[in-house]
Amino acid sequence: MSAPVRIKRPGNSRLVVLIPYLWLIAFFLVPFVIVLKISLSQTAMALPPYVPVLDLAAGWEGLKQFATQLTLDSYALIGSDELYLSSYLKSLEVAGVSTAILLLIGYPMAYGIARSPRGLQPLLVMLVVLPFWTSFLIRVYAWINILQRDGLLNDVLMALHIIDAPIAWLASDTAIYIGVVYSYLPFMVLPLYASLERIDYSLLEAAADLGSPRWKAFWQVTVPLSLRGAAAGALLCFIPVTGEFVIPDLLGGSRSMMIGQTLWTEFFSNRDWPVASAIAVALLALLLVPILVYERLQKRAIGEVA
Amino acid sequence: MQRTSGFNVVSVALGLAFLYLPIVILVIYSFNASRLVTVWGGWSLEWYRQLLRDQAILDAAWMSLRIGALSATAATVLGTFAAVALTRSGRFRGRLLFSGMAYAPLVMPEVITGLSLLLLFVAAGVDRGFWTVTAAHTTLTMCFVTVIVQSRLIGFDRSLEEAAMDLGCPPFKTFLTVTLPLIAPAVIAGWMLAFSLSLDDLVIASFTTGPGATTLPIRIYSQVRLGVKPEINAICTIIITVVAVGTIASSLAAKRGAVRRAREGLGVQV
Repeated sequence: MSAPVRIKRPGNSRLVVLIPYLWLIAFFLVPFVIVLKISLSQTAMALPPYVPVLDLAAGWEGLKQFATQLTLDSYALIGSDELYLSSYLKSLEVAGVSTAILLLIGYPMAYGIARSPRGLQPLLVMLVVLPFWTSFLIRVYAWINILQRDGLLNDVLMALHIIDAPIAWLASDTAIYIGVVYSYLPFMVLPLYASLERIDYSLLEAAADLGSPRWKAFWQVTVPLSLRGAAAGALLCFIPVTGEFVIPDLLGGSRSMMIGQTLWTEFFSNRDWPVASAIAVALLALLLVPILVYERLQKRAIGEVA
Repeated sequence: MQRTSGFNVVSVALGLAFLYLPIVILVIYSFNASRLVTVWGGWSLEWYRQLLRDQAILDAAWMSLRIGALSATAATVLGTFAAVALTRSGRFRGRLLFSGMAYAPLVMPEVITGLSLLLLFVAAGVDRGFWTVTAAHTTLTMCFVTVIVQSRLIGFDRSLEEAAMDLGCPPFKTFLTVTLPLIAPAVIAGWMLAFSLSLDDLVIASFTTGPGATTLPIRIYSQVRLGVKPEINAICTIIITVVAVGTIASSLAAKRGAVRRAREGLGVQV
């Protein structure tokens, strides 16, 4: 018997990298370059509805002519028009406030699950995850049933004599917040639970033995140890909510739109592809820092970065 | 020591009630005999009967199932490869870009992904329809598979793979006969998640679809915009039931598999 021979990295392990790499470049990176390019184009009554169209067959001259036709008009428009600015602000406000509400509701829930009997925990986690597997659209739709003028919520409130006349819950910011908090709650609870569950709770007993009151031990031991989970949960909610379309479209009013709705309208109703692209690029720039922070947390959680 | 305080029980119970009450109400209303959604007219299966006659909804459901199955399968292969590449390949050129692209779709707002993929398909001159939605969903869901499979790959003992390779097993065969069975639960969970995300997606499908490729969420959305309809409650109830049964069954199967493997593992050691 010869000594075991180290087998060097084989050729088809390169394929394992190459196949998903090429797919992501083709369907993730290249599309962004195209969005960037079209955001610098002008709207036109043509197919596709923008100029200039890059004509690679025309060679270097074509490329030069293409470059001179690029314009920052779309960015100037979204920078100067009140409509777009207020959309961005509204999106940030909705995302910020609902992330705060989600933390307030999600933390006690995650903590309660993490401190429940060990045998019960997988079941409770599954109960939190299960609604996430059922359709997002259905869960938003379920709230229309409840919130509409002659819906269940008004019936219950009137039966309890809390209100005298039905309240218009739908088409309001309240409805958007209810929809967002409801839809994103699992995204907040799961990372929080993952970090709370790992805490060695004998630390709390040690604190208690040394005379620390329970609230103080919680504040000085549990909270700092769960900060990473809280950050992951907050980003996992904040980033997608900023670009949310379905929830404000179905539950919100028509007076002020979130940026996802504005992009949708520019694209589908106004057929203004360059402005829609510029909105997307600006939104991405706005979310770049949170996305990078999230990626770092994700890599750390998975053990890539020490 | 675990201690269950009243506060903990109440916060978990309230949270779960908040998560489930709207769904339960939706399910109950789907059996309502009254056409008016808000008036209770007794139990009835009327809306399920109407649903079976609604060819447009049935076609959309079939379309969604086909797109879901195909894109989930492609996403599982690509996502598993990506996970293996990220955990096993060490450093390679362009790794930073690769890992960045592998996680970004997780949080990317859907309107951005949808718009950019549509513009890609237009620029490439591809007819939009079944295949473009499938490719878009594959891109969206593969990152979820990557994350699930990667966390499993990190958790298990590499020495098994090394032993097989030391004994002369070719790397690809090692992957198929040693690695894949070990990560199978995560791969299956990844497929199911990808499938349900594809079935669920409205925004990206709306951007990338074309004539003749209406998916179920697009169909439901166009109906919902016109107001609440009992038929929609019925189709939603069917989807919820299928998903709930599938999730519970697969997690029970995974648990049983884990118990069996644990026993076999003990047997080997003895």
